[in-house]
Amino acid sequence: MTDLLQPRAIGQGLVRRDGEAKVRGTATYAYETPVDHPAYAHPVQAAIARGRVTRIDTSAAEALDGVLAVLTHENAERLASTEDRELAVLQSPEVAFRGQLVGVVLAETSELARQGADLVRVSFAEEEHDSELTVDHPALYKPDKVNPSFETDTAEGDVAAAMATAHATVEQTYSTAMVHNNPLEPHASTALWEPGAQVPLTLWDSTQGVHPDRAAVCEVFGLDEEQVRVICPYVGGGFGSKGTPHANVMLVVLAARALPGRPVKLALTRQQMFFLAGYRTPTIQRMQVAADRTGRLQAIAIDVVEQTSRIKEFAEQTGTPTRMMYAAPNRRTTHRLAPLDVPVPSWFRAPGECPGMFGPEVALDELAEALGLDPVELRIRNDPEVDPETGKPWSSRHLVECLREGAERFGWADRPPARHRDGDWFVGTGVASSVYPTMRQATSDALVRFEEGRYVVEIGAADLGTGAWTVLPQIAADALDVPVDDVEVRIGDTRLPQASVAGGSSGTNTWGSAITVAAREFRGKFGAEPRDGDEVTGSVDQAAKDTEHAAYAFGAQFAEVRVHADTGELRVPRLYGVFAAGRIINPRTARSQFIGGMTMGLSMALHENSVWDPRIGQVANHDLAEYHITVNADVGDVQAYWLDEHDPYVNAMGSKGIGEIGITGTAAAVVNAVHRATGIRVRDLPVTLDKVLGGLP
Amino acid sequence: MKPFAYTRPGSAAEAVREVAVEPGAVFLAGGTNLVDHLKLGVARPDLVVDVRTLTSREITDLPDGGLRLGAASTNSEVTADRRVRERYPVLAQALLAGATGQLRNAATTGGNPLQRTRCVYFQDVTTRCNKREPGSGCSAVGGYTRYHAVLGVGSAMPDPTAPETCIATHPSDMAVALTALDAQVQVLGPAGERTIPFGELHRLPGDHPSRDTVLEHGELITAVDLPPLPSGARSAYRKVRDRASYAFALVSVAAVVAGEDVRIALGGMAHRPWRATRAEALLTGGPLTEHAVAHAMEVELTAAQPQPGLEGGNGFKIPLATRTVVATLRDLTAEALR
Ligand SMILES: Cc1cc2nc3c(=O)[nH]c(=O)nc-3n(C[C@H](O)[C@H](O)[C@H](O)COP(=O)(O)OP(=O)(O)OC[C@H]3O[C@@H](n4cnc5c(N)ncnc54)[C@H](O)[C@@H]3O)c2cc1C
Ligand code: SF4
Repeated sequence: MTDLLQPRAIGQGLVRRDGEAKVRGTATYAYETPVDHPAYAHPVQAAIARGRVTRIDTSAAEALDGVLAVLTHENAERLASTEDRELAVLQSPEVAFRGQLVGVVLAETSELARQGADLVRVSFAEEEHDSELTVDHPALYKPDKVNPSFETDTAEGDVAAAMATAHATVEQTYSTAMVHNNPLEPHASTALWEPGAQVPLTLWDSTQGVHPDRAAVCEVFGLDEEQVRVICPYVGGGFGSKGTPHANVMLVVLAARALPGRPVKLALTRQQMFFLAGYRTPTIQRMQVAADRTGRLQAIAIDVVEQTSRIKEFAEQTGTPTRMMYAAPNRRTTHRLAPLDVPVPSWFRAPGECPGMFGPEVALDELAEALGLDPVELRIRNDPEVDPETGKPWSSRHLVECLREGAERFGWADRPPARHRDGDWFVGTGVASSVYPTMRQATSDALVRFEEGRYVVEIGAADLGTGAWTVLPQIAADALDVPVDDVEVRIGDTRLPQASVAGGSSGTNTWGSAITVAAREFRGKFGAEPRDGDEVTGSVDQAAKDTEHAAYAFGAQFAEVRVHADTGELRVPRLYGVFAAGRIINPRTARSQFIGGMTMGLSMALHENSVWDPRIGQVANHDLAEYHITVNADVGDVQAYWLDEHDPYVNAMGSKGIGEIGITGTAAAVVNAVHRATGIRVRDLPVTLDKVLGGLP
Repeated sequence: MKPFAYTRPGSAAEAVREVAVEPGAVFLAGGTNLVDHLKLGVARPDLVVDVRTLTSREITDLPDGGLRLGAASTNSEVTADRRVRERYPVLAQALLAGATGQLRNAATTGGNPLQRTRCVYFQDVTTRCNKREPGSGCSAVGGYTRYHAVLGVGSAMPDPTAPETCIATHPSDMAVALTALDAQVQVLGPAGERTIPFGELHRLPGDHPSRDTVLEHGELITAVDLPPLPSGARSAYRKVRDRASYAFALVSVAAVVAGEDVRIALGGMAHRPWRATRAEALLTGGPLTEHAVAHAMEVELTAAQPQPGLEGGNGFKIPLATRTVVATLRDLTAEALR
């Protein structure tokens, strides 16, 4: 049990501290960093999916007036570590996926760099490639762990026996599409290498964590941490794709080291982001669920097939939510990966939970139908007392309350009958649960200093647009027991105390804990009337840590879907979510996270699809005109509510993390509503009109 | 991207002369399509001749009761014009269904019908494409065909290596409406002026998939004329797409009903806006019952060739086109009965 902070600033819907600078355009992003006399980099990419570079002719590019250098595997410096093959840029002629970096042109202007890249002639020896995920891919293997360190497979009881004898069963295969994160700000950096300087490398990078970013750069280039400074005050979105650095970061550093003294700028184009910046693996989920007459689950199993790249393993933990969501005596989860000649999959908002709450939550809907039971009621009947996986009690679990309140707000009881028609539209409603684990990272330090009458808090945290600039001062103010206006928080720089990545919805939990430790220590040491310059550093590992409970945030989402009777066009006029995610530190930024997540879930349900062309080994629709994300006109009435949840186990703020839960379950709620509207069960995302057209009258 | 020279001549005639003598020259209007292609390397001109201010931006009444849209009028301006909205709702609706407000503010009457296909392979210079690089083959066959043609193509899965193969669609919404309106294109070329019926502007791929239209090099569109519609005529545009806005058509329908006369043009179905002449002939003079319309469309689509491919190919367009035409005409006739 932790003593929760007395909420004063916490709980207030303060406006974003960085909002005005962003609206005015004065917030500088990595690529815009004002530097003297920058050079510009433009990548050269492989045009084959597998093989090797046999020859690179850079002469035409080099002859171009204004081109400063062309780097390829033939002349680039040898990196200290090439263990991470995604990051081992320009080290060998091998090509492991189409679009891989095979060179970079540095020039006086970005246009010249681009022109130069166009003039580089690359010859390849092409080998046969294999880039298509199939459920029975011959190379499927069982990874040692799934991300970040979960068991690959789990089993309890006998699923097959339960399936054979249960009153009602569902056995179906569901799939989620390959999707790309596509933050508004591309992956972009400015890098400066000054060999003689005390800190020779300065890297302004768009990243979800300056310290992890620095660690990766140091590893690859064999530098000490003191030799590198990473700066990132603002991020134009990451959604996981900037959680660990990708090849572009190493490329810009490599380029800067080839041009000592000159800052080098590199921003990936939108098209390049479909090759180099990570994506979510497509998933294939074979589900089995079985229930008795009353709807009590007898078995639940998920067998997941997904892909990784041949050069680096990434094992999305898709099966993990099935392990803990509902009670069933017989359970099984498995993960198998196909290693393919594809770009390296990576983090995407709610890795594991987001795809992993699709198959199960649709299967439950199918089960409810088979049982003739209300799908809300089915979920309530299967709410487990303790975590089925670990047997631990919940730190707090209010899924049932979320379902009830959501049903009430949505008007679930009065929902229209199946296949209800309103004019030209079929109308249906659907429900699904949401979940996300409550995490806290192991390392993060915060410094609290009294400076000219104010409290300065320093921590190398990151604000991806999520609200850290605003929320951390609220936590610090309550921990110090001062008005929030008396607190200044500094983030986004490796000169500040080390902080963990903004990922896994753990940022506020982790950094807030470190800040609270530091603030309490500060008060303990200096009392209520400190002197100028008094300071102390606190660390998250000094914060109370509960290991006795299973900690998750829960939620319920309700969707109303309309399907056009003539054309099959799909609209979602209403999407409501109710969440139990601990204490909400700032309702304004929290609402933005919830509805942002839900909107991204809607996007996953109806639109997002990186159409993989296995013949050439790339995403066919690799730009934002042809890769659709949900636009404003698709978003109707999206509402997020939360319960006033008190959880004394998670951390001193009582917060559970809210960045990712909103995207989980949404797609299932939409698919379930489509079924209610039309009788058509779409099991493969996204739901596009061609998938319902054939079933319409 | 490759460097190019840029000029802005003093007159349309001068612009035509400059382009005519330089094989690597192109006209630039709003730039919303061409500039993307410059960046992607899809267009690699030596000379870019800016005509944005050289043709009329006015929308003027014609003596016969029609309207003339100056080539430099923007898509937003045309949509906002009260005469267009009242007399040619199909055109206003088609324009509004296209792109976004920002793009429509820049895009022009001359440039819109000449925008190029959205075929993803056409836009990616690392792939084979007969339209972009004649003779290189067609990557779309058996690939991502969702936005591709079912009409005007000889077969499902034509030979991808043949130099004449192209299954692309023309993406313009405006062009579909102009086809149904029997618009006329005013052209200034090296050999003087000529008028092209809008329905004859765009080509099927034939032996030269690289050519989208019948315009010769150096021919400049100066205006598009809309002939008057018979009194009592009603028209509408219905666009079916993958999201509610800001997406190209999977299938679109421009329909005009004037007394006994029915005109139907389809978008998203072929290499050019597709005038459904067979369906029109069957429907002219008869009652526009759902059954009759569906039957007429079935006849129209007998030659359609669904293209297999990723994500299930594009066979769904065939029933979708019929359903959309039925719905559009149903709405138009219901409107007439009100
Ligand atoms: C993301 C995106 C989404 C879009 N969505 C849609 C959509 O849903 N529906 C739709 O219809 N369109 C859509 N568009 C396309 C848009 O409508 C066209 O780009 C625009 O209409 C082109 O007009 P422009 O004046 O900008 O032409 P430009 O880009 O300047 O030129 C296009 C072509 O026409 C030639 N040209 C221009 N003017 C003349 C002239 N007077 N005479 C002869 N040749 C000329 C140029 O040489 C060039 O080849 C979209 C575009 C984008 C970028
Ligand atoms: S369909 Fe036409 S535009 Fe597309 S790849 Fe084939 S030839 Fe090129």
